[in-house]
Amino acid sequence: MATIRGRWENVGRLSYLIFCTAVLLFLVAPILVIVPLSFNVEPYFTFTEGMLALDPQAYSLRWYRSVFGDEQWLLAMVNSLTIGISATVLATTLGTLAALGLANPAMPRRSLAMGLLISPMITPVIISATGMFFFYSNLGLTQTHLGLILAHTALGTPFVVITVTATLAGFDPNLKRAAATLGAGPLRTFIRVQLPQIAPGVISGALFAFATSFDEVVTVLFMGGLDQRTIPRQMWVGIREQISPAILAVATFLITFSLLFMIIVEWLRRRGNAPAKA
Amino acid sequence: MDGTLKTVRLRAAVPVLPLVAFILVTFIAPLATMLVRSVYDPLVAGAMPETLFLLSEWDGKSIPREAVFEAAVRELLGARQARNLGRVVTRINRVQPGMRSVIMKSVRKLRRISGSDSWRDTLIDMDPAWGKAQTWQAIRRTGERFTMRHYLHALDLDRGPGGGIVRQKPERRIYMPLLGRTLAVSLSITALCLLLGYPVAYLIAHAPHRWTNLLLLLVLVPFWTSLLVRTTSWIVLLQTRGVINDALVALGLIAEENRIAMIYNMTGTVVAMTHVLLPFMVLPLYSVMRTIPPLYMNAAATLGASFPRAFWRVYWPQTQPGVFAGSLLVFILAIGYYITPELVGGRSGQLISNMIAYHMQQSLNWGLAAALSGILLLCVFVIYLIYDRVVGIERMKLG
Repeated sequence: MATIRGRWENVGRLSYLIFCTAVLLFLVAPILVIVPLSFNVEPYFTFTEGMLALDPQAYSLRWYRSVFGDEQWLLAMVNSLTIGISATVLATTLGTLAALGLANPAMPRRSLAMGLLISPMITPVIISATGMFFFYSNLGLTQTHLGLILAHTALGTPFVVITVTATLAGFDPNLKRAAATLGAGPLRTFIRVQLPQIAPGVISGALFAFATSFDEVVTVLFMGGLDQRTIPRQMWVGIREQISPAILAVATFLITFSLLFMIIVEWLRRRGNAPAKA
Repeated sequence: MDGTLKTVRLRAAVPVLPLVAFILVTFIAPLATMLVRSVYDPLVAGAMPETLFLLSEWDGKSIPREAVFEAAVRELLGARQARNLGRVVTRINRVQPGMRSVIMKSVRKLRRISGSDSWRDTLIDMDPAWGKAQTWQAIRRTGERFTMRHYLHALDLDRGPGGGIVRQKPERRIYMPLLGRTLAVSLSITALCLLLGYPVAYLIAHAPHRWTNLLLLLVLVPFWTSLLVRTTSWIVLLQTRGVINDALVALGLIAEENRIAMIYNMTGTVVAMTHVLLPFMVLPLYSVMRTIPPLYMNAAATLGASFPRAFWRVYWPQTQPGVFAGSLLVFILAIGYYITPELVGGRSGQLISNMIAYHMQQSLNWGLAAALSGILLLCVFVIYLIYDRVVGIERMKLG
């Protein structure tokens, strides 16, 4: 009896582990498949016989060369970085400030304010982009960098508010009082005491905001002109029209980028969660 | 006392105000503009004020009097001079299909006529449509400054001949079936994510410590990877000349001519969206499961409960906050999804968002796009309220 039950338990455990492995593969494998294909010497989206035989002749950097030699892609990179960095700076400043206010127990109408500030994250981007197109075109902000920077800032701030609020939950308000007793003004207290404590949350939020802008395509499609083309927009056009492995080269580049971001954010989160050293 | 309390609260709000103002201007005002646009359309009213004024006294059945025709001729020619005619006609044509050619043809002829004793006879002579009541009803309806017609259109309703609201003919019902499909697909994707995500979250939450980080990374990699990159991956994998079909053919599992169509249809949309949204299910589940001490399950086992029984009676109820949070998050993200269905959904895998984009970019029926957005926004808002009730918006975390 006991052995039968034990055997069934083993079968159950084994199938459970197989199931989980399959799901994890489903999550990661599609992304990893892109990387070797981006080195394909042929203009195909699938593994050639030479690639499977690991023949070095079957691999090349031609798609990377074609991307980095293409003016449109280069313009797209410059635009993505300009818009992304400007939106990040704005979103991080406004978002951190707001999170500090929200953490104050005296803050009136806290959950209403929180709901308002989070709304750009909950609203489907297609709706935001539709509304922004109508409103920004009235102001002459469509087809300008400024318009996209404002749009991406709005979409990025919720992430900053959320991450900074989460770090502030672990902040000991006594530290602020201690600084005040020692004669530090509010600004000095903030810069010397509070900011170092919440820095991991601020940096994580900034990375989230940058990643949001760097990956955003709908507002760019609706509001941007040819001069505002960004990397995601170029990819979008590439996927829909002239599909070429050059896209896979860009995709590999973006994967590397996001892995880097992920590692930094995870590292910061660990640091943020670790008990503060005295 | 009351005064100081007020000052304290005001001072607390100061750091929040810049962002509140920013969001109000850059985000809420655009949404408000969009909602206004879904019910307000002054273009025709501005172009044909006199015709519309005269039509307001018309009984709606007979042929209108000569003055109406005279005003219509003058104002249509005026609209042409102001380069507005195309937009005016497009709107009338949406209410009464076929009106574009009627008006354009007549205006072309009218330009060559210097005057007429009876514009009524002249116009009806040019096109008998001018003698029909429904033509003038269409103009009168298009001339409403504030109008529910975009919402009626979006809800597959129409004005009947008597002015009452009736349902569209079955073959012209587009948007409600599409909204229903969007909700059904979102629900299936949510269920799929829960089915796939729950066991994985359990594995990560209760794995030995040295494994936790690695397993968590496997979930975080897709979470951080660009959406366009992930969609590209699925195109590479699923297309007929793609990796999976090639592998199946090479293994002899399917014949060369029987390659499976896994993309540019609903399958493509569901597979790719499940992949994109799965991390949003796993992460909230994981953060709840992590806090459940193994003690309870051990106690249940000691008391003689089998694993399934212990799981169902002891473990599952404790994970419910995570299940709610993950499911609502996935559902809310799914019903507004645009990019993935657009790129991998083909014709049959389109969702309501794709229709909004279509009316924004191709048909240029912005009023209808705004009304569809308004309806979708309402759906999201309702789910959001449920989320806030059940989970609490302040507890929303990332990763």
